[in-house]
Amino acid sequence: MSNEDILKELKAIVEEVAGVDPEEVTEEKSFVDDLDVDSLSMVEIAVQAEDKFGVKIPDDQLANLKTVGDAVTYIATNK
Amino acid sequence: MSRPRLRQNTGPAGTRLLGFGSAQGNRVVTNDDLAQRVDTSDEWIRQRVGIVERRLADPDQTLVDMAVEAGSKALANAGLTPTDVDTVIVATCTMPGQIPNAAAQTADRIGVKAAAAFDLNAACAGFSYALTVASELVRGGTAGRVLVIGAERFTDWIDWDDRANCIIFADGAGAAVVGPSDEPGIGPVAWGSAGDLVDLIYLRDGRYVYQEGRTVFRWATTQIAPIAERAVELAGLALSDIDVLVPHQANLRIVEAIAKRLRAKGAREDLVVANDIVHSGNTSSGSIPMALDHMTSEGRVSSGDVMLLVGFGAGLSYSAQVVVCP
Repeated sequence: MSNEDILKELKAIVEEVAGVDPEEVTEEKSFVDDLDVDSLSMVEIAVQAEDKFGVKIPDDQLANLKTVGDAVTYIATNK
Repeated sequence: MSRPRLRQNTGPAGTRLLGFGSAQGNRVVTNDDLAQRVDTSDEWIRQRVGIVERRLADPDQTLVDMAVEAGSKALANAGLTPTDVDTVIVATCTMPGQIPNAAAQTADRIGVKAAAAFDLNAACAGFSYALTVASELVRGGTAGRVLVIGAERFTDWIDWDDRANCIIFADGAGAAVVGPSDEPGIGPVAWGSAGDLVDLIYLRDGRYVYQEGRTVFRWATTQIAPIAERAVELAGLALSDIDVLVPHQANLRIVEAIAKRLRAKGAREDLVVANDIVHSGNTSSGSIPMALDHMTSEGRVSSGDVMLLVGFGAGLSYSAQVVVCP
């Protein structure tokens, strides 16, 4: 799965969990500061991403995923 | 010569719930009230936990006071008098001091004579655990009718400067009466614990309730729906048979996440979901029976409704069963 495909799936998850317009979900955006995704929604996004990509995202790692790009890279590297 | 043979009790074919009651702390505490002490806001609290206001006990309003009020109301709502029950179980994890227990004095003050009375601690799963014990005591012929009460006074265990935790917990009690029945009204329990996760919810410095919010949220939103499903299976029902879902009122977003998962597995869209936390806060073992009592008074549930109860919390502990609304 390419980074582009991961981003596409991630956009769908972020929209489903936090109601964010997929157009807004681009790699440089910060989940918390730009997209207004709170810490509990981040957990829900992580849980769905784990199911979708077959990757483990423990809470201590999740805290490091500040931007959408961080998440894409983490998923691409760890799946 | 043969040895003497013991006799053991036998009980009725089934058990059911007979009535609910509840009591709350006398003080209404809003999010704005808390924001005067800690760095938080009404909007932040509503968004993260779904609580608009909670009820806290007056300084002279004890855990046992609330247990007595909830228990007495449950007996009245069941059309019973105190002498109609012989056993009182108080589920609690906030009783100040271990000796004496809450149940004996609660039973005495309600007027249950010489009650078999004991406390049970399974934290926020406590009511569901106690309901199971009560039902089995009746089914086994040990008890005639049992008064089951979940009662908590978190005020004593909160660090009012801990903004992550002080916004969640509240004071109150809920109660239910369990008695014999020809038709089964309390299904088999699906319960257990995850003691390896003990560090997620505990008393910090032995004094203040503390939880790893994010990790508890992940556990509750992913691991609890399957327990609830298991309880439905044990009762011989399908998720589509469930009319009412009453999860422990931990956090509105956890409640909604559990409902969402169960709907994805076949629960109905018109499933009634308890949201008592909005105006009551999280009262741990009190939350499920309190929600049942409030929903009955408000007419949100009706006699005969099939209700799925699921408790989960410190331990970690979890417990679920299907019951029929009295």
